[in-house]
Amino acid sequence: MAPTSLSTDLSALRFPHRHLLGIEGLSPEEITLLLNLADAYVAQNRQRDKKSDMLRGRTIINLFFENSTRTQTSFELAGKRLGADVINMSVSSSSIKKGETMIDTAMTLNAMHPDVLVVRHPDAGAVKLLSEKVNSAVINAGDGRHEHPTQALLDALTIKRRKGHLDRLTVAISGDILHSRVARSNIQLLNLMGARVRVVAPLTLLPTDIDRFGVEVHHDMRQGLTGCDIVMMLRLQTERMRGMFVPSIREYFHFFGLDREKLSYAKPDALVMHPGPMNRGVEIDSELADDINRSVIREQVEMGVAVRMACLDVLTRADNLNPPADPLEPGS
Amino acid sequence: MTKYRTAYLNARLLDPETNLDEHGDLLLEDGRISDFGPGLFADGSPSGADIVDCGGHCLAPGLFDMRVQVREPGEEHMESIESAGRAAAAGGVTSIVCLPNTNPVIDDVSVVEFIARRAREGKLVKVFCYGSLTRGMNGTELTEMGLLAETGVLGFTDGEKALSNPLVLRRALSYARTFNLLVIQHPEVAELVEDGVMTEGEIATRLGLPGAPAEAEVMMVERDLRLVALTGGRYHAAHVSTAATIDVIRKAKRDGLNVTCDTAPHYFALNETAIGDYRTFAKVSPPLRSERDRQAVVEGLADGIIDAIASDHSPYDQDSKRLPFVQAAYGIVGLETLLPLTLELYHNGSLTLLDALRKVTINPAKLLQQPFGRLARGAPGDLVLFDPYKPHQIDVDAFHSKSKNSPFDKRPVQGVIHRTVVEGRAIYINTE
Repeated sequence: MAPTSLSTDLSALRFPHRHLLGIEGLSPEEITLLLNLADAYVAQNRQRDKKSDMLRGRTIINLFFENSTRTQTSFELAGKRLGADVINMSVSSSSIKKGETMIDTAMTLNAMHPDVLVVRHPDAGAVKLLSEKVNSAVINAGDGRHEHPTQALLDALTIKRRKGHLDRLTVAISGDILHSRVARSNIQLLNLMGARVRVVAPLTLLPTDIDRFGVEVHHDMRQGLTGCDIVMMLRLQTERMRGMFVPSIREYFHFFGLDREKLSYAKPDALVMHPGPMNRGVEIDSELADDINRSVIREQVEMGVAVRMACLDVLTRADNLNPPADPLEPGS
Repeated sequence: MTKYRTAYLNARLLDPETNLDEHGDLLLEDGRISDFGPGLFADGSPSGADIVDCGGHCLAPGLFDMRVQVREPGEEHMESIESAGRAAAAGGVTSIVCLPNTNPVIDDVSVVEFIARRAREGKLVKVFCYGSLTRGMNGTELTEMGLLAETGVLGFTDGEKALSNPLVLRRALSYARTFNLLVIQHPEVAELVEDGVMTEGEIATRLGLPGAPAEAEVMMVERDLRLVALTGGRYHAAHVSTAATIDVIRKAKRDGLNVTCDTAPHYFALNETAIGDYRTFAKVSPPLRSERDRQAVVEGLADGIIDAIASDHSPYDQDSKRLPFVQAAYGIVGLETLLPLTLELYHNGSLTLLDALRKVTINPAKLLQQPFGRLARGAPGDLVLFDPYKPHQIDVDAFHSKSKNSPFDKRPVQGVIHRTVVEGRAIYINTE
């Protein structure tokens, strides 16, 4: 029997947004709501029967303008576990580059009456633009370097379940901050929830004025990790290692790769996180990544499904579905 | 265990860092300065010490030459680490910093280690080097600056090539700042210089040689300083040679930018007329400038805008210079003329003796964060003993360098080096 009870327990809580476009704009209470709801879904996902019928009859379209395996799978599974019909649409970024074409695609899909569009796009702001043109709820599954809210939520859930709280924790985010939407969403969420955030990277991988985001900036890994509760590593794209941002892989690993020696500067119970996919031997030592006592990387993946279920849940509740009707089709 | 000691008696002690200029003695113990001052050995010289009577001559920190081309590895027929070491020793230079424009380029830890090993074998002066800013000095990909710095390189430069791409320079400055490393630019807009071989103007026109406008230097420095302000990186302009450049750096320093610069003796000792009748020994990059620019360099040295004087030692063999002016190589061999040419600034009243020495000792050493160039208790025993007044003629045939490409041959100068000491060991003794 599928557990439908948990959503009713929390049904009194309202999520006053039609879309989930970013962490920016969310309140700490709304984040707590999503995390609590997701926490309950973790339990559901660990049962033998993982499926509920909460979203039966609802349609979710995963619209990915940029390749993704884990995020798309995670959203697909989240929708299916809630009983929704899930369609995956991968649109290669080469065929769609212009905003107009993207909107055409969106309008076409809109005409099929989806309830939720989960959208990833290589350009910052593209998901918001699309959300303004469709009737369904829109979840940002990553837009350029801008935001990746469900990743920040799943990271927060992972931390909260391990540490019991988010406030007063010191979190070091290390790696390619410049190109990272994960970093931007995480910095906002963690700050909002009262954690202390540090960024650790060479200056070529730090965006200008990042210190204005309420983070401590470090260029030395050992210094940046000293006394941390959480070490969050980011992926370094291989094309950025060939001399333009970082001279070489070996130099990057030497100074910024996470290994046991550098990790020893963090608290003894510090956790290691990575949004994946990892470059073993580039930003993280392979053995450390697999150390079940320190690394929660696989747990992050599990939390991802639960968090996405929570997001789909709150965005498809009746009181969130407005405007309720397309003027061309009264009564729909 | 008894210490190895050398006592220098009867010297004029000169230390530019502390403005020390007084008669006294100095004691070296195991390669370090253990004590110095007037009347140090009033109670008699220390037992068991070697005694050097300085004859009242100047005893100063050994020269720190921050810009030297050594040609090893790759072109050892023009100069080697060993021959450059002997030339440096004869010139009173105790530390040299090599440019990375060797073959292979110093862009990899293994080349740095090779140079360090060759320097150890030579047992002469201290040999440091810069790493190239970009791989193979290709102007596009950054080198492993962090690893190179850990191996001991003192800064980063593409040698005689300007780093022209502003995006690459921006990233280089940012990346270098991550590790607090110095970026050194050869300031010249190459696209504007094009095929110019001397400064554009009346003389170039008379000689029929392609000229390059002097503005090519200041334009690059101005652009670079914007990137320095943007990135907060540490920037050094090599061999500045024009009044406009010095003005721009003067303003940048006033504005608090992290900028330093040096010049070479030929930019204050010569002007473009030295090219005379197509003398290729006077062909350098940047080219010799107008008399007005030369005077500005002297002023820049006097008012402290120009931090250091480096020889810009560029050895070339006959085949590279005995060519039509356009085809000849750029460069002057300079290790053995650095001190007497720098002393010209003292003798002609432009700088005090201590200020002149400052430009070739403590200033470049500090700029590259090295503990040399000073007389201080505990400091390395790197010294030069010289007579700043004795007149003589520069004689390229007496050079220890393998190459003799100097336009200063037969120039009457003052200043004779008697002894050069590295870590307490005399590596040069003038027997004349």
